Amino acid sequence: MTNVLELRGITKRFPGVLANDKVDITLREGKILALLGENGAGKTTLMNILYGLYKPDEGQIFVRGQEVDIQSPNDAIARGIGMVHQHFMLVPVMTVTENVMLGVEPTKNGVFLDHDKVADRIREISDQYGLEVDPHAYIKDLPVGIQQRVEIIKVLYRQADILILDEPTAVLTPQEVEGLFRILQTLIDKGKSIIFITHKLKEVMNAADDITVLRLGRIVGSIDPKDATPEILASMMVGRDVNLVVMKQPAKPGEDVLKVNDLYVRDERKNMTVNGVSFDVCKGEVLGVAGVQGNGQTELVYALTGLLPVESGEIYLSGTAIHNKSPRTILEHGVAHIPEDRQRHGLILSFPIYDNMMLCTYYEAPFAKGVSLQENVIQNNAETLVKQYDVRTPNIYVNASALSGGNQQKVIVAREFSRPIQLLIASQPTRGLDVGSIEYIHNQIIKKRDEGTGVLLVSSELDEILALSDRIAVMYKGQIMDVLDAKNANKDNLGLLMAGVHPSESTQKEERLP
Amino acid sequence: MTTTTTTPPVGHVIPISTRKSQTLYGFVLIGVGLLIFLLFGLDTEAGVTTTFGMNLVGSEAVTIPNIIVPSQATVFLMAAVAVFIGAFHLSRGIRSLGVVLGVIALTFIIAFLTWAAQDKSFNLTGMISSSFVRATPIALAALCGVVSERAGVINIGIEGIMLLSAQVAVVAATVTQNLWIGLLMAILAGALIAALHAFLVIRFKVDQIVSGVAINIVGAGTTSFISSRFLERATDTLNNSGTFPIIKIPLLSKIPVLGPTLFENNIIVYLMVFLVIALHLMLFRTPWGLRTRAVGEHPKAADTLGVNVHLVRYINVILGGMIAGIGGAYFTIGSVGRFDEIMTAGKGFIGLAAMIFGKWNPIGAFASSLIFGFADSLQVKLQILRVPIPSEFLLMAPYIVTMIILTGVVGRAIPPAADGQPYEK
Ligand SMILES: Nc1ncnc2c1ncn2[C@@H]1O[C@H](COP(=O)(O)OP(=O)(O)OP(=O)(O)O)[C@@H](O)[C@H]1O
Ligand SMILES: [Mg+2]
Repeated sequence: MTNVLELRGITKRFPGVLANDKVDITLREGKILALLGENGAGKTTLMNILYGLYKPDEGQIFVRGQEVDIQSPNDAIARGIGMVHQHFMLVPVMTVTENVMLGVEPTKNGVFLDHDKVADRIREISDQYGLEVDPHAYIKDLPVGIQQRVEIIKVLYRQADILILDEPTAVLTPQEVEGLFRILQTLIDKGKSIIFITHKLKEVMNAADDITVLRLGRIVGSIDPKDATPEILASMMVGRDVNLVVMKQPAKPGEDVLKVNDLYVRDERKNMTVNGVSFDVCKGEVLGVAGVQGNGQTELVYALTGLLPVESGEIYLSGTAIHNKSPRTILEHGVAHIPEDRQRHGLILSFPIYDNMMLCTYYEAPFAKGVSLQENVIQNNAETLVKQYDVRTPNIYVNASALSGGNQQKVIVAREFSRPIQLLIASQPTRGLDVGSIEYIHNQIIKKRDEGTGVLLVSSELDEILALSDRIAVMYKGQIMDVLDAKNANKDNLGLLMAGVHPSESTQKEERLP
Repeated sequence: MTTTTTTPPVGHVIPISTRKSQTLYGFVLIGVGLLIFLLFGLDTEAGVTTTFGMNLVGSEAVTIPNIIVPSQATVFLMAAVAVFIGAFHLSRGIRSLGVVLGVIALTFIIAFLTWAAQDKSFNLTGMISSSFVRATPIALAALCGVVSERAGVINIGIEGIMLLSAQVAVVAATVTQNLWIGLLMAILAGALIAALHAFLVIRFKVDQIVSGVAINIVGAGTTSFISSRFLERATDTLNNSGTFPIIKIPLLSKIPVLGPTLFENNIIVYLMVFLVIALHLMLFRTPWGLRTRAVGEHPKAADTLGVNVHLVRYINVILGGMIAGIGGAYFTIGSVGRFDEIMTAGKGFIGLAAMIFGKWNPIGAFASSLIFGFADSLQVKLQILRVPIPSEFLLMAPYIVTMIILTGVVGRAIPPAADGQPYEK
């Protein structure tokens, strides 16, 4: 057995950060290597170096035993290396075919693009690897799962035999994840080798042939998946024992804090995506909203937080009507929002951490006095929160954009939890986070609940929903299929509801439901 | 062409408030009908006729009879048509908004012209062909915008580029006694200024608007200075080039109306038509076009596939500059044969508007340029006709009609996603 790829002594420094520190990695032919590590451990940086997007400060790369010099993605592609990026690199307004051929366009008569040839090749690849996709569809019309297939097809079209997948499962639904693993298996069967980055430990143990763990830019060690357990992996990643099970007492629900009545909301394209939803959330309980992504959860949350107008219906917060109020009014009523798209709605990436830490209340005491901001107060506040919430950053003055995904999330959580709230709306709060951060954020959510805050948790991770919720509402096509008591919920009956099927009568209906 | 497909939405679909727009445009149509009646109908007399000239003096086209219509009856007919279609739209609904707006524009313009030229003669063919010619610099400016913005670089310095290259063209042509050298130098001048813009905004990430404004100021200042300091004193040796001759295309130029409009023009007009078609094909059918669009939409994605983002941007901005250079040459060696201060008169900016209305497509930009060219030429013709309404209003009316049509038919124009943003790895 040969090693198709070896990285030796790779070092990469960013201003103030040692992102990779003498990293060695070996990929065996026809195997899947899982790369694990905390947020900010340097996984993406390492892969970007391999793909020619960053230049390493030190170190060597060997492909099939030969040292190679990779200066640009073109060099990487020429060596048979292909990468599916953590944030997809697709042009939304172009078709699948156009995206696939970009950069290596075949032509008819040497002038015009040969769409047919590429489309045929895409179909061949689709058949060969089970990557079903319509070559003429526009990217913006495709769900993320399919978009990811396009990314993989892009790589295969360039005849890569070393595939890098950076957190491919973070944005996928459980069904899509299963599909992806089938595809990876086919790829391996056809002789490809794969590096696979993820934070989901169960996936790693099922799929990987080798596991290598990074922490703080350094290799912690490698482990055989047969010997691995989630606990061992978690402690290798984080450097301490991680409690993978959320500890919580039964909820002590109080009176209603949020009441939603027959709510209709249109999305930005003016399609009615929330279709008559009614539910309520009590003080001191977690209401989980499960559902396959794209069934109206996003728009529901946007309407609750004032980011989208309400078409009809009412929203009451402890008796006060808040529908169609401005986001500021809503958050002044004590609503905290951990948004799904943290980079768009949660942070201003080009602002330093200390400003991001007070975005909700910058205009009030203690952060403002008259028209002037109180820089001392603001910076002290940030220092305290960074310590309290363990945000990994060189200091509070760096821009939010320089933080890794997990630490960006912690900044949002710290800000939202540090002011008095009565309702927490958390949308995909742990997407893309490492086990340590997940444990932390889960504990914080439960702590808020126990303090009497009502929590609305929207997540496409069933594990997360089941671990945190006291009641679970399942959304399908803009409606709530059912609200189950967490005691009666399991992956099977939730899965059916999420697919729009009512499980047999035996499921006990929640008496709250009208 | 870029087609916009809509996603199959989740859950119920209720189409965008068509009902509301139906009511709105229904009433607008009826309003236009009433307006036609009040403004023009009441001011026409029975028995008076309007003559629409269909032949152009000096043209090779086969002569056809002029159209002579009774003024009042025609205006009333237009009013009635607008009201009727409005009522029909209100009750039944017409599927295509384009048709509705077309009716608004057509009835209004026909009624307006009939009224304005009552008891007189109005050369329709002359106006159509002059619209086309007047659209030429606008279309070239718009193409410059399309080429560079599709790659993600905003160039609002088109006006300045056109002014400079207009002057370069006439001086070079006069000095060398060769119009072709004038054209070539104009293209070169356009390329150079655009290259400077590209260098500033790509290499040094200077704000694209600031750089564009600077080009406009420098363009206006330099050309005015040179003009008053040198050209005016030596008109014959520096500022008198003559113009490209009209080339009549055999046979085709004999077609009535179309012949004089499309096939009796000078080289720059033909060049413009060629560029519109060629760039449209190139943008949507060639590797260059694909890369251009990718770089303008999602430069990072293009970069990860080995496309050199900065190189594509340099090429496109410079190519755009060359096209604007041709547009500049039109003003001098393509139409009057000499340079006057600020002679571009905002055509560069109108070109940018045409680009936006044309949704950043060469053909769309060209179509919008035609409408602006039409408005421009109409306004000139009407001043000659001495219509009894304030000339300020005359100047405005065609633009207002244009705006209504364009905003209604074209809808919201979405620029390339990375338009105006510098690219950093
Ligand atoms: N362009 C950059 N400039 C400055 N610092 C950076 C840059 N990219 C990454 N870093 C820093 O390098 C470190 C490693 O980041 P990297 O993105 O590789 O982490 P990761 O392991 O992929 O984390 P995650 O799981 O959150 O994606 C982090 O501390 C991050 O802040
Ligand atoms: Mg990463």
